Amino acid sequence: MARLSIIVVERDRDRALRIVDGLRASGDHAITVISEATGLARRIAEQTPDIVLIDVADPSRDVLEELALVSGPMERPVAMFVDRSDEQLTRAAIEAGVSAYVVDGLHPDRIKPILDAAIARFHLFQKMRAELAATRAALEERKIIDRAKAILMKARGIDEEAAYALLRKTAMDQNRRMADIAQQLVMAAGLLT
Amino acid sequence: MSMANLRLGYVPLTDAAPLIIAQELGFAAEEGLALDLIRLQSWAQSRDLLGLGGIDAAHMLVPLPIAQSLGLGPTYPPFDLVMVLSVGGQAICVSAALATAMRAKGHGFGFGDPLAARAALASVAPDSLRVGVPYPFSTQAELVRRWLDGSALAAGLSIHTVPPPQMADALASGEVDAFCVGEPWASYAVERGAGALVLAGRAIWASPPEKGLVLTRDFAEGRPEETGRLMRAVWRACRWLDRAENRATAAEILSRPEYLNLPAELSERGLMDRLHVSATGEVRDYPGFVRFHAGAANFPWRSLAALLARRIARLHGLDEVRAMQVAMGCFRTDLYRHHLRAAGADLPGASARIEGGMVHPTAVASEKGQMILGPDAFFDGETFEPPFALR
Repeated sequence: MARLSIIVVERDRDRALRIVDGLRASGDHAITVISEATGLARRIAEQTPDIVLIDVADPSRDVLEELALVSGPMERPVAMFVDRSDEQLTRAAIEAGVSAYVVDGLHPDRIKPILDAAIARFHLFQKMRAELAATRAALEERKIIDRAKAILMKARGIDEEAAYALLRKTAMDQNRRMADIAQQLVMAAGLLT
Repeated sequence: MSMANLRLGYVPLTDAAPLIIAQELGFAAEEGLALDLIRLQSWAQSRDLLGLGGIDAAHMLVPLPIAQSLGLGPTYPPFDLVMVLSVGGQAICVSAALATAMRAKGHGFGFGDPLAARAALASVAPDSLRVGVPYPFSTQAELVRRWLDGSALAAGLSIHTVPPPQMADALASGEVDAFCVGEPWASYAVERGAGALVLAGRAIWASPPEKGLVLTRDFAEGRPEETGRLMRAVWRACRWLDRAENRATAAEILSRPEYLNLPAELSERGLMDRLHVSATGEVRDYPGFVRFHAGAANFPWRSLAALLARRIARLHGLDEVRAMQVAMGCFRTDLYRHHLRAAGADLPGASARIEGGMVHPTAVASEKGQMILGPDAFFDGETFEPPFALR
Protein backbone atom coordinates (compact mmCIF):
# COMPACT_ATOMS: atom_id res chain seq x y z
CA MET A 1 0.00 0.00 0.00
CA ALA A 2 1.27 3.48 -0.83
CA ARG A 3 2.60 5.53 2.06
CA LEU A 4 -0.11 7.83 3.37
CA SER A 5 0.36 11.28 4.81
CA ILE A 6 -1.82 11.67 7.89
CA ILE A 7 -2.43 14.70 10.10
CA VAL A 8 -3.66 14.17 13.64
CA VAL A 9 -5.39 17.20 15.20
CA GLU A 10 -5.22 16.72 18.96
CA ARG A 11 -4.44 19.15 21.73
CA ASP A 12 -3.78 16.61 24.45
CA ARG A 13 -0.22 15.31 24.11
CA ASP A 14 -0.76 11.88 25.69
CA ARG A 15 -3.82 11.23 23.62
CA ALA A 16 -1.99 12.31 20.48
CA LEU A 17 0.88 9.94 21.26
CA ARG A 18 -1.43 7.01 21.76
CA ILE A 19 -3.19 7.73 18.47
CA VAL A 20 0.15 7.95 16.68
CA ASP A 21 1.09 4.57 18.18
CA GLY A 22 -2.15 3.12 16.90
CA LEU A 23 -1.47 4.48 13.44
CA ARG A 24 2.09 3.14 13.40
CA ALA A 25 0.71 -0.29 14.17
CA SER A 26 -1.44 -0.12 11.04
CA GLY A 27 1.35 0.70 8.61
CA ASP A 28 4.17 2.98 7.62
CA HIS A 29 2.57 6.42 7.38
CA ALA A 30 3.93 9.96 7.41
CA ILE A 31 2.24 11.32 10.53
CA THR A 32 2.09 14.94 11.70
CA VAL A 33 0.44 16.03 14.94
CA ILE A 34 -1.09 19.52 15.13
CA SER A 35 -1.86 20.58 18.68
CA GLU A 36 -2.88 24.20 18.15
CA ALA A 37 -6.08 25.54 16.67
CA THR A 38 -4.36 28.67 15.40
CA GLY A 39 -3.40 28.46 11.75
CA LEU A 40 -4.92 24.99 11.36
CA ALA A 41 -6.40 25.66 7.92
CA ARG A 42 -3.11 27.05 6.63
CA ARG A 43 -1.05 24.16 7.96
CA ILE A 44 -3.35 21.52 6.54
CA ALA A 45 -3.54 23.30 3.18
CA GLU A 46 0.25 23.44 3.04
CA GLN A 47 0.68 19.76 3.76
CA THR A 48 -2.17 18.42 1.63
CA PRO A 49 -2.50 15.24 3.72
CA ASP A 50 -4.36 12.18 2.51
CA ILE A 51 -6.22 11.77 5.78
CA VAL A 52 -6.97 14.09 8.70
CA LEU A 53 -7.76 12.54 12.06
CA ILE A 54 -9.72 14.73 14.45
CA ASP A 55 -11.86 14.23 17.51
CA VAL A 56 -15.53 14.13 16.64
CA ALA A 57 -16.16 16.85 19.26
CA ASP A 58 -13.25 19.13 18.31
CA PRO A 59 -14.42 22.70 17.57
CA SER A 60 -11.95 22.88 14.68
CA ARG A 61 -14.00 20.38 12.70
CA ASP A 62 -15.79 23.31 11.05
CA VAL A 63 -12.44 24.53 9.73
CA LEU A 64 -11.99 21.15 8.05
CA GLU A 65 -15.49 21.43 6.59
CA GLU A 66 -14.40 24.59 4.84
CA LEU A 67 -11.25 22.95 3.51
CA ALA A 68 -13.27 20.01 2.22
CA LEU A 69 -15.64 22.40 0.41
CA VAL A 70 -12.75 24.20 -1.23
CA SER A 71 -10.97 21.05 -2.37
CA GLY A 72 -14.15 19.16 -3.21
CA PRO A 73 -15.83 16.91 -0.64
CA MET A 74 -14.30 13.82 -2.23
CA GLU A 75 -10.72 14.87 -1.98
CA ARG A 76 -9.75 14.53 1.62
CA PRO A 77 -11.25 11.87 3.85
CA VAL A 78 -11.57 13.06 7.40
CA ALA A 79 -11.53 10.33 10.00
CA MET A 80 -12.77 11.18 13.45
CA PHE A 81 -12.36 9.44 16.71
CA VAL A 82 -14.70 9.27 19.63
CA ASP A 83 -14.21 7.77 23.03
CA ARG A 84 -17.65 6.43 23.63
CA SER A 85 -18.24 3.74 21.12
CA ASP A 86 -21.39 3.46 19.09
CA GLU A 87 -20.84 0.89 16.40
CA GLN A 88 -24.01 1.68 14.53
CA LEU A 89 -23.31 5.39 14.44
CA THR A 90 -19.83 4.64 13.18
CA ARG A 91 -20.98 2.50 10.32
CA ALA A 92 -23.70 4.96 9.34
CA ALA A 93 -21.21 7.82 9.36
CA ILE A 94 -18.83 6.01 7.06
CA GLU A 95 -21.66 5.15 4.71
CA ALA A 96 -22.85 8.76 4.71
CA GLY A 97 -19.66 9.86 3.08
CA VAL A 98 -17.62 12.54 4.70
CA SER A 99 -16.58 11.01 7.95
CA ALA A 100 -15.05 7.84 9.19
CA TYR A 101 -15.30 7.61 12.94
CA VAL A 102 -12.53 5.92 14.83
CA VAL A 103 -14.41 4.44 17.72
CA ASP A 104 -12.72 4.39 21.07
CA GLY A 105 -9.73 6.09 19.53
CA LEU A 106 -7.25 5.15 22.19
CA HIS A 107 -7.07 1.45 21.43
CA PRO A 108 -4.65 0.73 18.59
CA ASP A 109 -6.49 -2.45 17.61
CA ARG A 110 -9.67 -0.46 17.10
CA ILE A 111 -8.05 2.33 15.15
CA LYS A 112 -6.95 -0.04 12.41
CA PRO A 113 -10.30 -1.22 10.97
CA ILE A 114 -11.68 2.31 10.87
CA LEU A 115 -8.52 3.67 9.37
CA ASP A 116 -8.66 0.88 6.78
CA ALA A 117 -12.21 1.96 5.94
CA ALA A 118 -11.06 5.56 5.58
CA ILE A 119 -8.18 4.49 3.37
CA ALA A 120 -10.47 2.32 1.25
CA ARG A 121 -12.71 5.34 0.78
CA PHE A 122 -9.73 7.44 -0.10
CA HIS A 123 -8.65 5.00 -2.82
CA LEU A 124 -12.18 4.70 -4.12
CA PHE A 125 -12.40 8.46 -4.51
CA GLN A 126 -8.97 8.57 -6.09
CA LYS A 127 -10.16 5.99 -8.61
CA MET A 128 -13.32 8.00 -9.30
CA ARG A 129 -11.22 11.12 -9.74
CA ALA A 130 -8.87 9.34 -12.14
CA GLU A 131 -11.83 8.04 -14.14
CA LEU A 132 -13.32 11.48 -14.32
CA ALA A 133 -10.01 12.93 -15.48
CA ALA A 134 -9.72 10.19 -18.12
CA THR A 135 -13.23 10.95 -19.39
CA ARG A 136 -12.39 14.62 -19.60
CA ALA A 137 -9.16 13.89 -21.47
CA ALA A 138 -11.01 11.64 -23.93
CA LEU A 139 -13.51 14.43 -24.61
CA GLU A 140 -10.68 16.88 -25.20
CA GLU A 141 -9.02 14.47 -27.60
CA ARG A 142 -12.21 14.00 -29.55
CA LYS A 143 -12.57 17.75 -29.87
CA ILE A 144 -9.03 18.17 -31.20
CA ILE A 145 -9.47 15.30 -33.66
CA ASP A 146 -12.67 16.94 -34.93
CA ARG A 147 -10.80 20.16 -35.50
CA ALA A 148 -7.95 18.41 -37.31
CA LYS A 149 -10.48 16.62 -39.50
CA ALA A 150 -12.11 19.94 -40.41
CA ILE A 151 -8.73 21.42 -41.35
CA LEU A 152 -7.90 18.45 -43.57
CA MET A 153 -11.33 18.47 -45.22
CA LYS A 154 -10.90 22.12 -46.11
CA ALA A 155 -7.25 21.98 -47.18
CA ARG A 156 -7.45 18.77 -49.21
CA GLY A 157 -11.05 19.00 -50.36
CA ILE A 158 -11.87 15.54 -48.95
CA ASP A 159 -14.87 14.27 -46.99
CA GLU A 160 -14.99 13.54 -43.28
CA GLU A 161 -14.42 9.83 -43.63
CA ALA A 162 -11.34 10.33 -45.80
CA ALA A 163 -9.98 12.96 -43.39
CA TYR A 164 -10.37 10.54 -40.49
CA ALA A 165 -8.71 7.73 -42.46
CA LEU A 166 -5.80 10.00 -43.31
CA LEU A 167 -5.29 10.95 -39.68
CA ARG A 168 -5.44 7.33 -38.59
CA LYS A 169 -3.01 6.17 -41.27
CA THR A 170 -0.52 8.92 -40.43
CA ALA A 171 -0.73 7.99 -36.76
CA MET A 172 -0.14 4.31 -37.51
CA ASP A 173 2.74 5.04 -39.90
CA GLN A 174 4.48 7.17 -37.31
CA ASN A 175 3.56 4.87 -34.45
CA ARG A 176 1.90 7.71 -32.54
CA ARG A 177 -1.49 8.45 -31.07
CA MET A 178 -4.10 9.99 -33.32
CA ALA A 179 -4.72 12.78 -30.81
CA ASP A 180 -1.05 13.75 -30.96
CA ILE A 181 -1.05 13.93 -34.76
CA ALA A 182 -4.28 15.96 -34.63
CA GLN A 183 -2.77 18.28 -32.05
CA GLN A 184 0.29 18.90 -34.26
CA LEU A 185 -1.86 19.50 -37.29
CA VAL A 186 -4.08 22.01 -35.45
CA MET A 187 -1.02 23.82 -34.13
CA ALA A 188 0.68 23.90 -37.55
CA ALA A 189 -2.51 25.14 -39.18
CA GLY A 190 -2.67 27.88 -36.58
CA LEU A 191 0.86 28.98 -37.53
CA LEU A 192 0.12 28.97 -41.25
CA THR A 193 -2.97 31.14 -41.14
CA MET B 1 -50.04 12.96 28.71
CA SER B 2 -46.95 10.81 29.04
CA MET B 3 -43.56 12.46 29.33
CA ALA B 4 -41.46 12.11 26.20
CA ASN B 5 -37.71 12.48 26.10
CA LEU B 6 -36.11 14.39 23.26
CA ARG B 7 -32.40 14.86 22.64
CA LEU B 8 -31.58 18.38 21.46
CA GLY B 9 -28.19 19.54 20.22
CA TYR B 10 -27.02 23.12 20.69
CA VAL B 11 -23.78 25.01 20.18
CA PRO B 12 -22.88 27.33 23.09
CA LEU B 13 -24.07 30.76 21.94
CA THR B 14 -26.52 33.31 23.35
CA ASP B 15 -29.03 32.35 20.69
CA ALA B 16 -29.30 28.80 22.03
CA ALA B 17 -31.53 30.50 24.65
CA PRO B 18 -34.88 29.28 23.24
CA LEU B 19 -33.98 25.62 23.83
CA ILE B 20 -32.37 26.23 27.21
CA ILE B 21 -35.24 28.42 28.43
CA ALA B 22 -37.82 25.92 27.14
CA GLN B 23 -36.28 23.34 29.43
CA GLU B 24 -35.28 25.51 32.40
CA LEU B 25 -38.53 27.48 32.76
CA GLY B 26 -40.81 24.51 32.27
CA PHE B 27 -42.25 25.28 28.83
CA ALA B 28 -41.12 21.82 27.74
CA ALA B 29 -42.61 20.14 30.81
CA GLU B 30 -45.95 21.88 30.14
CA GLU B 31 -45.97 20.06 26.80
CA GLY B 32 -45.00 16.79 28.44
CA LEU B 33 -41.42 16.91 27.23
CA ALA B 34 -38.14 16.32 29.00
CA LEU B 35 -35.34 17.84 26.92
CA ASP B 36 -31.90 16.33 27.03
CA LEU B 37 -29.79 19.33 25.99
CA ILE B 38 -26.49 18.23 24.47
CA ARG B 39 -23.74 20.83 24.17
CA LEU B 40 -21.91 20.44 20.86
CA GLN B 41 -18.62 21.93 19.74
CA SER B 42 -19.10 22.42 16.03
CA TRP B 43 -21.78 22.75 13.37
CA ALA B 44 -20.38 19.74 11.56
CA GLN B 45 -20.93 17.71 14.72
CA SER B 46 -24.50 19.01 15.00
CA ARG B 47 -25.21 18.16 11.37
CA ASP B 48 -23.70 14.67 11.68
CA LEU B 49 -25.55 13.84 14.91
CA LEU B 50 -28.86 14.98 13.44
CA GLY B 51 -28.21 13.14 10.18
CA LEU B 52 -27.23 9.93 11.96
CA GLY B 53 -29.99 10.00 14.55
CA GLY B 54 -27.77 10.87 17.51
CA ILE B 55 -30.07 13.81 18.34
CA ASP B 56 -33.74 14.45 17.56
CA ALA B 57 -33.50 18.17 16.81
CA ALA B 58 -30.86 20.87 16.61
CA HIS B 59 -30.30 24.56 17.16
CA MET B 60 -28.68 25.22 13.80
CA LEU B 61 -27.43 27.99 11.53
CA VAL B 62 -30.33 28.86 9.21
CA PRO B 63 -28.30 28.31 5.99
CA LEU B 64 -27.02 24.88 7.09
CA PRO B 65 -30.16 22.83 6.28
CA ILE B 66 -30.33 24.76 3.00
CA ALA B 67 -26.79 23.68 2.10
CA GLN B 68 -27.69 20.10 3.01
CA SER B 69 -30.73 20.24 0.73
CA LEU B 70 -28.44 21.39 -2.10
CA GLY B 71 -26.16 18.40 -1.65
CA LEU B 72 -23.32 20.35 -0.05
CA GLY B 73 -22.71 17.90 2.77
CA PRO B 74 -22.78 14.23 3.60
CA THR B 75 -25.69 12.17 2.29
CA TYR B 76 -28.08 12.25 5.21
CA PRO B 77 -31.87 12.06 5.21
CA PRO B 78 -33.40 15.49 4.37
CA PHE B 79 -33.41 18.18 7.07
CA ASP B 80 -36.31 20.57 7.64
CA LEU B 81 -36.29 23.93 9.37
CA VAL B 82 -39.59 24.13 11.24
CA MET B 83 -39.16 27.52 12.90
CA VAL B 84 -36.67 30.37 13.19
CA LEU B 85 -35.23 30.70 16.71
CA SER B 86 -33.55 34.09 16.51
CA VAL B 87 -33.07 37.14 14.30
CA GLY B 88 -29.97 39.33 14.55
CA GLY B 89 -27.49 38.97 17.40
CA GLN B 90 -24.40 39.12 15.18
CA ALA B 91 -21.63 41.72 15.46
CA ILE B 92 -18.64 42.60 13.31
CA CYS B 93 -15.35 43.08 15.11
CA VAL B 94 -12.06 44.42 13.69
CA SER B 95 -8.58 43.80 15.08
CA ALA B 96 -7.11 46.16 17.67
CA ALA B 97 -4.58 47.42 15.10
CA LEU B 98 -7.27 48.23 12.53
CA ALA B 99 -9.44 49.81 15.23
CA THR B 100 -6.61 52.12 16.28
CA ALA B 101 -5.98 53.12 12.66
CA MET B 102 -9.71 53.74 12.07
CA ARG B 103 -9.90 55.86 15.20
CA ALA B 104 -6.87 57.88 14.07
CA LYS B 105 -8.81 58.70 10.89
CA GLY B 106 -11.70 59.99 12.97
CA HIS B 107 -14.08 56.99 12.91
CA GLY B 108 -16.45 57.15 15.88
CA PHE B 109 -17.40 53.45 16.20
CA GLY B 110 -21.11 54.14 16.03
CA PHE B 111 -22.07 50.42 15.59
CA GLY B 112 -25.03 51.20 13.33
CA ASP B 113 -23.77 52.75 10.10
CA PRO B 114 -22.55 50.18 7.52
CA LEU B 115 -21.38 52.75 4.98
CA ALA B 116 -19.36 54.80 7.48
CA ALA B 117 -17.82 51.66 9.00
CA ARG B 118 -17.00 50.29 5.56
CA ALA B 119 -15.39 53.53 4.37
CA ALA B 120 -13.34 53.82 7.56
CA LEU B 121 -12.21 50.21 7.26
CA ALA B 122 -11.36 50.61 3.55
CA SER B 123 -9.15 53.61 4.35
CA VAL B 124 -6.92 51.55 6.65
CA ALA B 125 -7.39 47.89 5.64
CA PRO B 126 -4.75 45.75 3.94
CA ASP B 127 -5.29 44.93 0.24
CA SER B 128 -6.34 41.43 1.15
CA LEU B 129 -8.83 41.50 4.00
CA ARG B 130 -9.37 38.20 5.85
CA VAL B 131 -12.67 37.92 7.69
CA GLY B 132 -13.62 35.09 10.06
CA VAL B 133 -17.11 33.58 10.15
CA PRO B 134 -18.31 30.57 12.19
CA TYR B 135 -19.15 28.32 9.25
CA PRO B 136 -19.13 28.43 5.44
CA PHE B 137 -22.95 28.24 5.47
CA SER B 138 -23.85 30.92 7.99
CA THR B 139 -25.83 34.14 8.14
CA GLN B 140 -22.52 35.76 9.13
CA ALA B 141 -20.99 34.85 5.75
CA GLU B 142 -24.04 36.35 4.01
CA LEU B 143 -23.76 39.55 6.08
CA VAL B 144 -20.04 40.02 5.44
CA ARG B 145 -20.38 39.46 1.70
CA ARG B 146 -23.34 41.79 1.48
CA TRP B 147 -21.60 44.48 3.50
CA LEU B 148 -18.41 44.47 1.41
CA ASP B 149 -19.87 43.65 -2.05
CA GLY B 150 -19.42 46.54 -4.41
CA SER B 151 -16.85 48.27 -2.19
CA ALA B 152 -13.12 48.68 -2.64
CA LEU B 153 -12.67 45.87 -0.09
CA ALA B 154 -14.55 43.23 -2.11
CA ALA B 155 -11.68 42.38 -4.48
CA GLY B 156 -9.28 41.37 -1.72
CA LEU B 157 -11.85 39.79 0.62
CA SER B 158 -11.34 36.23 1.80
CA ILE B 159 -13.65 34.51 4.26
CA HIS B 160 -12.35 31.94 6.71
CA THR B 161 -14.10 29.58 9.07
CA VAL B 162 -13.12 30.11 12.72
CA PRO B 163 -14.98 28.43 15.60
CA PRO B 164 -16.63 31.21 17.68
CA PRO B 165 -14.68 30.54 20.91
CA GLN B 166 -11.44 30.85 18.90
CA MET B 167 -12.37 34.16 17.21
CA ALA B 168 -10.57 36.30 19.80
CA ASP B 169 -7.34 34.30 19.44
CA ALA B 170 -7.54 34.31 15.64
CA LEU B 171 -7.88 38.09 15.70
CA ALA B 172 -5.11 38.59 18.27
CA SER B 173 -2.68 36.32 16.42
CA GLY B 174 -3.31 38.05 13.09
CA GLU B 175 -4.88 35.00 11.49
CA VAL B 176 -7.86 37.17 10.49
CA ASP B 177 -8.26 40.97 10.29
CA ALA B 178 -11.92 41.01 11.32
CA PHE B 179 -14.78 38.64 12.03
CA CYS B 180 -18.54 38.40 12.21
CA VAL B 181 -19.95 36.20 14.96
CA GLY B 182 -22.95 35.69 17.22
CA GLU B 183 -22.87 36.79 20.83
CA PRO B 184 -21.35 36.42 23.33
CA TRP B 185 -18.22 35.71 21.28
CA ALA B 186 -17.88 39.23 19.85
CA SER B 187 -18.12 40.71 23.37
CA TYR B 188 -15.66 38.07 24.55
CA ALA B 189 -13.08 39.26 21.97
CA VAL B 190 -13.66 42.89 22.99
CA GLU B 191 -13.18 41.99 26.64
CA ARG B 192 -9.93 40.21 25.80
CA GLY B 193 -8.67 43.37 24.06
CA ALA B 194 -8.42 41.54 20.72
CA GLY B 195 -10.53 44.04 18.80
CA ALA B 196 -13.37 46.54 18.64
CA LEU B 197 -16.94 46.22 17.39
CA VAL B 198 -17.79 48.24 14.30
CA LEU B 199 -21.24 47.05 13.33
CA ALA B 200 -24.33 45.12 14.38
CA GLY B 201 -25.48 42.45 11.93
CA ARG B 202 -28.91 44.09 11.88
CA ALA B 203 -27.35 47.31 10.53
CA ILE B 204 -26.51 45.41 7.32
CA TRP B 205 -29.81 43.53 7.09
CA ALA B 206 -32.56 44.59 9.47
CA SER B 207 -33.96 41.04 9.90
CA PRO B 208 -31.20 38.50 9.41
CA PRO B 209 -32.50 35.07 10.49
CA GLU B 210 -29.75 33.50 12.58
CA LYS B 211 -30.65 30.11 14.05
CA GLY B 212 -33.46 27.71 13.34
CA LEU B 213 -34.97 24.62 14.89
CA VAL B 214 -33.99 21.81 12.53
CA LEU B 215 -35.27 18.22 12.45
CA THR B 216 -34.97 15.44 9.94
CA ARG B 217 -37.97 15.29 7.64
CA ASP B 218 -38.48 11.71 8.81
CA PHE B 219 -38.90 12.91 12.38
CA ALA B 220 -40.94 16.04 11.58
CA GLU B 221 -43.43 14.08 9.48
CA GLY B 222 -43.25 10.70 11.14
CA ARG B 223 -43.57 11.88 14.74
CA PRO B 224 -45.96 14.83 14.45
CA GLU B 225 -47.08 14.63 18.09
CA GLU B 226 -43.58 15.18 19.53
CA THR B 227 -42.68 17.67 16.80
CA GLY B 228 -45.71 19.77 17.71
CA ARG B 229 -44.99 19.63 21.43
CA LEU B 230 -41.38 20.66 20.86
CA MET B 231 -42.32 23.52 18.56
CA ARG B 232 -44.91 24.88 21.01
CA ALA B 233 -42.52 24.66 23.97
CA VAL B 234 -39.77 26.44 22.07
CA TRP B 235 -42.18 29.01 20.64
CA ARG B 236 -43.37 29.91 24.16
CA ALA B 237 -39.76 30.17 25.31
CA CYS B 238 -39.10 32.58 22.43
CA ARG B 239 -42.09 34.69 23.43
CA TRP B 240 -40.86 34.76 27.04
CA LEU B 241 -37.38 35.78 25.87
CA ASP B 242 -38.69 38.80 24.01
CA ARG B 243 -40.17 40.37 27.13
CA ALA B 244 -37.53 42.92 28.11
CA GLU B 245 -37.94 42.21 31.82
CA ASN B 246 -36.85 38.59 31.30
CA ARG B 247 -33.58 39.22 29.52
CA ALA B 248 -31.41 39.57 32.65
CA THR B 249 -32.77 36.29 33.99
CA ALA B 250 -32.08 34.66 30.64
CA ALA B 251 -28.46 35.87 30.75
CA GLU B 252 -28.07 34.36 34.23
CA ILE B 253 -29.41 30.97 33.17
CA LEU B 254 -27.45 30.83 29.91
CA SER B 255 -24.17 31.67 31.59
CA ARG B 256 -24.22 28.68 33.95
CA PRO B 257 -21.32 26.25 33.73
CA GLU B 258 -23.42 23.57 32.02
CA TYR B 259 -24.39 25.96 29.20
CA LEU B 260 -22.09 28.82 28.10
CA ASN B 261 -19.85 28.75 31.17
CA LEU B 262 -18.99 32.46 30.90
CA PRO B 263 -19.66 35.49 33.13
CA ALA B 264 -23.33 36.53 32.86
CA GLU B 265 -22.14 40.06 32.24
CA LEU B 266 -20.95 38.99 28.77
CA SER B 267 -24.17 37.47 27.40
CA GLU B 268 -26.13 40.25 29.10
CA ARG B 269 -24.67 42.81 26.68
CA GLY B 270 -26.31 41.37 23.59
CA LEU B 271 -29.48 40.39 25.43
CA MET B 272 -29.89 43.86 26.98
CA ASP B 273 -29.13 45.71 23.71
CA ARG B 274 -26.09 47.41 25.29
CA LEU B 275 -22.83 46.45 23.60
CA HIS B 276 -19.37 47.50 24.67
CA VAL B 277 -17.60 48.33 21.42
CA SER B 278 -14.13 48.54 22.98
CA ALA B 279 -12.31 47.26 26.03
CA THR B 280 -12.36 50.78 27.49
CA GLY B 281 -16.11 50.41 28.01
CA GLU B 282 -17.57 52.58 25.25
CA VAL B 283 -21.23 51.54 25.32
CA ARG B 284 -23.59 51.58 22.35
CA ASP B 285 -27.32 51.04 22.73
CA TYR B 286 -28.77 49.02 19.88
CA PRO B 287 -32.51 48.44 20.46
CA GLY B 288 -33.62 45.02 19.22
CA PHE B 289 -30.04 43.79 18.77
CA VAL B 290 -31.34 40.22 18.93
CA ARG B 291 -34.98 39.14 18.64
CA PHE B 292 -36.46 35.79 19.49
CA HIS B 293 -40.14 36.38 18.76
CA ALA B 294 -41.32 39.91 17.86
CA GLY B 295 -42.21 40.77 14.28
CA ALA B 296 -43.16 37.17 13.43
CA ALA B 297 -39.47 36.32 13.90
CA ASN B 298 -40.22 32.60 14.27
CA PHE B 299 -42.05 32.19 10.97
CA PRO B 300 -39.84 30.27 8.48
CA TRP B 301 -40.52 32.50 5.48
CA ARG B 302 -39.80 30.53 2.34
CA SER B 303 -38.47 33.66 0.70
CA LEU B 304 -35.63 33.65 3.28
CA ALA B 305 -34.69 30.14 2.17
CA ALA B 306 -34.65 31.28 -1.46
CA LEU B 307 -32.54 34.35 -0.69
CA LEU B 308 -29.90 32.39 1.22
CA ALA B 309 -29.95 29.57 -1.35
CA ARG B 310 -29.27 32.01 -4.17
CA ARG B 311 -25.99 33.10 -2.59
CA ILE B 312 -24.92 29.52 -1.88
CA ALA B 313 -25.80 28.47 -5.44
CA ARG B 314 -23.72 31.31 -6.89
CA LEU B 315 -20.71 30.49 -4.74
CA HIS B 316 -20.84 26.79 -5.54
CA GLY B 317 -21.76 26.90 -9.21
CA LEU B 318 -25.28 25.46 -8.83
CA ASP B 319 -28.37 26.36 -10.81
CA GLU B 320 -29.90 29.29 -8.92
CA VAL B 321 -33.58 28.76 -9.70
CA ARG B 322 -33.43 25.06 -8.92
CA ALA B 323 -31.51 25.77 -5.69
CA MET B 324 -34.11 28.30 -4.55
CA GLN B 325 -36.91 25.87 -5.28
CA VAL B 326 -35.28 23.03 -3.33
CA ALA B 327 -34.39 25.28 -0.39
CA MET B 328 -37.92 26.66 -0.10
CA GLY B 329 -39.13 23.09 0.32
CA CYS B 330 -37.19 22.59 3.54
CA PHE B 331 -38.64 25.67 5.28
CA ARG B 332 -41.78 24.09 6.68
CA THR B 333 -44.36 26.85 6.87
CA ASP B 334 -46.99 24.10 6.69
CA LEU B 335 -45.79 22.48 9.90
CA TYR B 336 -45.45 25.89 11.55
CA ARG B 337 -49.06 26.69 10.74
CA HIS B 338 -50.30 23.26 11.73
CA HIS B 339 -48.53 22.99 15.08
CA LEU B 340 -48.46 26.59 16.32
CA ARG B 341 -51.97 27.75 15.45
CA ALA B 342 -53.22 25.98 18.57
CA ALA B 343 -50.59 27.69 20.73
CA GLY B 344 -51.97 31.06 19.69
CA ALA B 345 -49.38 32.06 17.11
CA ASP B 346 -50.64 34.61 14.63
CA LEU B 347 -50.12 33.32 11.11
CA PRO B 348 -49.42 35.43 8.03
CA GLY B 349 -51.59 35.07 4.96
CA ALA B 350 -48.59 34.28 2.75
CA SER B 351 -45.68 31.90 3.26
CA ALA B 352 -43.17 33.97 1.30
CA ARG B 353 -42.71 37.71 1.04
CA ILE B 354 -40.57 40.30 -0.69
CA GLU B 355 -37.40 40.39 1.41
CA GLY B 356 -35.86 43.77 2.13
CA GLY B 357 -39.01 45.66 1.27
CA MET B 358 -39.76 47.16 4.69
CA VAL B 359 -37.83 50.16 5.95
CA HIS B 360 -40.36 50.64 8.76
CA PRO B 361 -42.49 48.18 10.74
CA THR B 362 -45.38 47.26 8.47
CA ALA B 363 -48.77 45.64 9.08
CA VAL B 364 -49.67 42.64 6.88
CA ALA B 365 -52.72 40.41 6.64
CA SER B 366 -52.83 37.53 9.10
CA GLU B 367 -55.31 35.07 10.54
CA LYS B 368 -55.94 37.21 13.60
CA GLY B 369 -56.24 40.39 11.59
CA GLN B 370 -52.98 42.23 11.39
CA MET B 371 -49.43 41.22 12.01
CA ILE B 372 -46.62 43.74 12.37
CA LEU B 373 -43.53 42.77 10.42
CA GLY B 374 -40.11 44.24 9.92
CA PRO B 375 -38.29 46.37 9.26
CA ASP B 376 -36.30 43.98 7.11
CA ALA B 377 -34.44 46.32 4.74
CA PHE B 378 -30.94 45.67 3.43
CA PHE B 379 -28.56 48.61 3.83
CA ASP B 380 -27.84 48.42 0.09
CA GLY B 381 -31.53 48.88 -0.73
CA GLU B 382 -31.98 45.53 -2.50
CA THR B 383 -35.40 43.96 -2.58
CA PHE B 384 -35.63 40.26 -3.26
CA GLU B 385 -38.63 38.47 -4.63
CA PRO B 386 -38.41 34.69 -4.97
CA PRO B 387 -39.14 33.56 -8.52
CA PHE B 388 -42.22 31.62 -7.47
CA ALA B 389 -45.75 32.42 -6.38
CA LEU B 390 -45.83 34.18 -3.03
CA ARG B 391 -48.33 31.84 -1.47
